[in-house]
Amino acid sequence: MGYRKVAVVGAGITKFARYAQETVSELSYEATKMALDSCEMNLSQIDCVSVGTAPDAFDGIHMNGEAMAEGSGGWCKPVMRNYVGGGTGVMSAIHGWQHVASGMFDTCLVVAEEKMSSAFPHPAGAFLTIFDHTTEQPLMPTLLWIFAIEMQRFMATHGYDKKDIARVAVKNKGNALNHPSAQLGAEITVEDVLNSEIMAYPVNRLDVSPTSDGAVALVLAAEHVARRVTEKPVWIDGVGHALDSAYWCTRDLYYPDYVEVAARKAYEMAGIKEPHKEIHIAEPYDPFTYKELHHLEGLQLAPRGGSVKMLMDGHFDRDGNLPTCPSGGLLGVGNPIAAAGLMKVAEIFWQLRGEAGKRQVPGQPKCGLAQAWGDLMQVGTVVVMRA
Amino acid sequence: MDIKHQKKIDKTVTSLRKKDVTGGKVVTESWEPNLEYAWDNGPAISRYLAELKKGKLIGKRCNKCDRVLLPPRMFCEICWRPTDEWVYVEDTGTVNTFCISHVDWKAGRLNIKGGVRPFTPAVIEIDGASKGMGILHMIDKTNPKNIKMGMRVKAVWKPAEKREGSITDIEYFKPIGKKK
Repeated sequence: MGYRKVAVVGAGITKFARYAQETVSELSYEATKMALDSCEMNLSQIDCVSVGTAPDAFDGIHMNGEAMAEGSGGWCKPVMRNYVGGGTGVMSAIHGWQHVASGMFDTCLVVAEEKMSSAFPHPAGAFLTIFDHTTEQPLMPTLLWIFAIEMQRFMATHGYDKKDIARVAVKNKGNALNHPSAQLGAEITVEDVLNSEIMAYPVNRLDVSPTSDGAVALVLAAEHVARRVTEKPVWIDGVGHALDSAYWCTRDLYYPDYVEVAARKAYEMAGIKEPHKEIHIAEPYDPFTYKELHHLEGLQLAPRGGSVKMLMDGHFDRDGNLPTCPSGGLLGVGNPIAAAGLMKVAEIFWQLRGEAGKRQVPGQPKCGLAQAWGDLMQVGTVVVMRA
Repeated sequence: MDIKHQKKIDKTVTSLRKKDVTGGKVVTESWEPNLEYAWDNGPAISRYLAELKKGKLIGKRCNKCDRVLLPPRMFCEICWRPTDEWVYVEDTGTVNTFCISHVDWKAGRLNIKGGVRPFTPAVIEIDGASKGMGILHMIDKTNPKNIKMGMRVKAVWKPAEKREGSITDIEYFKPIGKKK
């Protein structure tokens, strides 16, 4: 089809912190400025802005997209907001790709921000409002419940052991030690995870990503601009997204169909036939330990029921066959919802350019994937990128 | 984005601690929203609630895909057509999956050591609805350790005079014997 080639040419990121004093717009400004500086571009060269921020309830600012727009370089430019819960960060990149690939714009800033610390006593309370107001909210559910419920189904279906899944936390928090933005990089053991506080069995505290404040920005450009701006453009070769039913109790939670649908669309666009061989590096969405594995299966990067064995074999380690979450992921770097998803796209950008410093995976990866997930256990968003 | 950029990254954010915020060390503005909503539930969920008040569970069938949808819906999202007849389903079902929660809705810790029973929410596949049609509800009156996937459960209803047309007219689900 008649898409134009689109490249990521620059990226910026703030530190991720539990409480940041900076406002949503100031956080967005820091990330955006860093992204523009990284490719020596300025705002006059930017045609449009794709912003992403997830539930307004965290920030406590109705229409938070507008609040972050100026910090995102959006003054008097076309600014459009993305809002699909945890899927927002990758969705913002897909949306930016659409703007440039369509020929409508030559350049696009993609900025994702979240400031969860504004919600008291704990941002988890804001999640109550995402459940159905009549048939579910009266039961006073929390998001932890549905993750724990889904993890239980995933484990039981495949016969997975909780202590094996805990290795995802060990890997990702370890990887995050080398990420300058990381909130929770740490050297931990499987025992530390199993001995951490039980939140909602089978989920322990160290199985969960933290709540965070932070922002990430990318600069996207059409081919003719990208070639002028940088010698190392990273091409977005495939995008896909899909939304499943909001009746989350009526789906079998052991498998994320919507992630498979999204991934297949992205693979088809990128001409990928055998994803497990052709994808060299991946950033699957990891708000919870099991989620990384759940998503790797949905992405066709691990067989259904086979992801834990690959994890145990070291397949997903930084020096494994398919390094996953080399950034440190949400579990290690942190989870400012929308920004966390875009952090994954930024990580693939840095890895494919060979600019990930101590996090750099060996073997000069040429093809990478970033994926996020969100809404009420229902949205999958995928981008495939090549050096 | 090398680790050597650490100083540059550190400068992007002024990291605070919770007590800096709650203790007034930094200037904050707080607000308690005084918002109230009254949600219209539409014909399908309104009937669902009316039947709950009577102590019954009702779904709606789509005659094209032959699914009994629970909770009832006015249209089938797959066949993309209006649903057909109302169908009473049972108040018994099977535990599809569950968890044992030590936290409440705002991540507040329950006093488990003090003897508070953890919450045990579950996805329960209701008999008479199509396979996989689950609803979220609570399991109670059983040791959380004894809850198993595939376990048979039955609704425990509030007394008729206390029902108000809410999902909480079912107080919880309790374990029962195997399906006959």
